[in-house]
Amino acid sequence: MPNDLTNKIEKHTIAVLVDNEPGVLARVIGLFSGRGYNIESLTVSEVDKENNLSRITVVTSGTRMIVEQIKAQLERLVPVHRVRDLTDDGPCIERELALVKVAGTGERRNEAMRIAGIFNARVVDATLSSFIFELTGTAEDLGDFIGLMSELGLVEISRTGVVAISRGAAGF
Amino acid sequence: MAEQLLSGAEIILKALKDQGVEVIFGYPGGAVLPIYDALFKQNDLRHILVRHEQAAVHAAEGYARSTGKVGCVLVTSGPGATNAVTGLTDALLDSIPLICISGQVPTHLIGNDAFQEADTTGITRSCTKHNYLVKDVANLARTLHEAFFVARSGRPGPVLIDIPKDVQFNEGAYVAPHEVRHKTYRPQVKPDLARVEEAIDLIAGAKRPVFYVGGGVVNSGPLASKLLTAFVRMTGYPCTNTLMGLGTFPASDPQFLGMLGMHGTYEANLAMHGCDVMIAVGARFDDRVTGKIADFAPGSKKIHIDIDPSSINKNVRVDVAVIGDAAHVLEDMIRLWKARQKRPDQAALGDWWSQINTWRKRDCLRYQKTDRIIKPQYALERLREAIRGVDHYITTEVGQHQMWAAQFLPFEQPNRWLTSGGLGTMGYGLPAAIGVQIAHPESLVVDVAGESSIMMNIQEMSTAVQYGAPVKVFILNNQYMGMVRQWQELLHGSRYSESQLTSLPDFIKLAEAFGAVGLRASKVSELDGVIREMIAIRRPVIVDVAVDPTENCFPMIPGGRAHNEMLLGPADRTEEATPEDGMVLV
Repeated sequence: MPNDLTNKIEKHTIAVLVDNEPGVLARVIGLFSGRGYNIESLTVSEVDKENNLSRITVVTSGTRMIVEQIKAQLERLVPVHRVRDLTDDGPCIERELALVKVAGTGERRNEAMRIAGIFNARVVDATLSSFIFELTGTAEDLGDFIGLMSELGLVEISRTGVVAISRGAAGF
Repeated sequence: MAEQLLSGAEIILKALKDQGVEVIFGYPGGAVLPIYDALFKQNDLRHILVRHEQAAVHAAEGYARSTGKVGCVLVTSGPGATNAVTGLTDALLDSIPLICISGQVPTHLIGNDAFQEADTTGITRSCTKHNYLVKDVANLARTLHEAFFVARSGRPGPVLIDIPKDVQFNEGAYVAPHEVRHKTYRPQVKPDLARVEEAIDLIAGAKRPVFYVGGGVVNSGPLASKLLTAFVRMTGYPCTNTLMGLGTFPASDPQFLGMLGMHGTYEANLAMHGCDVMIAVGARFDDRVTGKIADFAPGSKKIHIDIDPSSINKNVRVDVAVIGDAAHVLEDMIRLWKARQKRPDQAALGDWWSQINTWRKRDCLRYQKTDRIIKPQYALERLREAIRGVDHYITTEVGQHQMWAAQFLPFEQPNRWLTSGGLGTMGYGLPAAIGVQIAHPESLVVDVAGESSIMMNIQEMSTAVQYGAPVKVFILNNQYMGMVRQWQELLHGSRYSESQLTSLPDFIKLAEAFGAVGLRASKVSELDGVIREMIAIRRPVIVDVAVDPTENCFPMIPGGRAHNEMLLGPADRTEEATPEDGMVLV
């Protein structure tokens, strides 16, 4: 089929360098919602104060044609400097940070602490009946950790969403 | 010497002047009073006072489309801005370059639900190419120049600048246009020559080629249409236009197949369906053109020339994408075509043309002629004959009359045909005609209208009268929202739900009430005389032409069907055969 090479849904991590100006995030998000694209996660922060640039990392999914369209539409936004498909240009490093609050006492508390050790999660807050763990890793690592904690008194989770950067010496 | 300071309002007007603006379409209100005061004190910029902000935008679209310049709109905050939204969306979908300046409540009141406050940049973010909120007068001139650059560069579009009232009063320094360079926005204008080479190889090797040309060629400027015409003639290939592209290739040329798409000609759609190489220039493969995507031009290689990279592979996957401005690309194509001494395959082309000519013999625009009642197609044929040789511009409203106008009127030059293609905005035609007439006071400007559409912006007759803009509103009055009625007949068992306006005004009295002239043609024998009179009168005219209420617009590709599944006339019934998924499509 010439018009529809494949309907396979692919997951892509896209980095977008934008002017840090009011409304720019709304433009990006509005583009995704207005055109019906998926956002699995989205992070944004200023990365260059001098040049007033922010970097947005979007994890999205769609057919090849949709992903190409997403990139073209992002590039069309006026305050967008560059768009890079880290999944296509790969390899890249993807990381996410989670803060995980777990409450419990006795054996459950010990087990939570033991698993946190296995995952290299840091304890950033502790009371006699709770911990807050900080864990950095891939989205999958975080999912595994949270899955185990859900058996051990999981109270609350806060995740940053994925940030990513390409491997090697070359810059954005 | 200390830098001279100007008020924000003065900066705005100076920036507009420096950007070549001569006319602004607008409507005053509390949040733009400083700008209107500055307007009062100068004589360079002409302001056209409309009766509704939507019409200001359409008028600016008409002005822009017919001149190739950026149209300019000025509206107040809140309702002024929200009324402009339909016009802005219309301009976005049809890629019309506009600047819309909206007033905003003073900066310290933003977010307080102040009187006539609306989140204008929030509301218009998705219906403009870009928008700005200027909170500091120091950034005002720079932002305005940048806005003009964005509006007219690349794929053109509307840009809105929201300016709080205090910023209009505050004093700041002026920056001239040449001192402003946009940080990021650099649309690609010149094509990659390797792609152009690929394209001409494919074009030269074609056996069943077709040029499919859209509004991008109009946007590129008159040169693009000249180059396109030259290149099409050089190849001897057939050419079809989209609704927005009409006029880019002369309709009288034997290589012209007419418009394609849902109400396009039989020969154009079958040529698209049967082609082996399609050369899309400044067209975007929209659903009104492609019909059923999966069966669109099967087995063809597609070349897509477009200035907007996001148009490539959006709806239809293409084989060669050439990003660039149409005129630049066509210039390179012609140059390389000559340099590489390309010659079309004459034998194959001969066969292709004989095939196309058999399709042409179907005479797909034929309709039942009668003396009993005015057929809408006949009315347009008579209008066509009357305006031949007259310097004219045509605008339309939206619906059956629009499609008939596209089918029956002669489009020989670009920028002469103005219609709401993408958004399909009823009420577009009259204000757009006023915008055209302001730019071309001596030309004949006709708004081909329906009696339902015209009611959507009828108040603009008052604007036409105020400025002595002698626009002609040519109403094909079938007493129905004709296209809605047609779809209800064909797809919904003739259940005419709410598609009839049962208390239409007397259009002659209405015209007179506005201070314009009203004419009526009820019989076939009256038609020519009324058209002659309409053209002769140098005042705004409404012509009420009573046409056959039951006439449908053919040919038609029903929703969800392919190009080779056209209905050619009332004898082709569709109701039973329309697929469920096709019914959903609009």
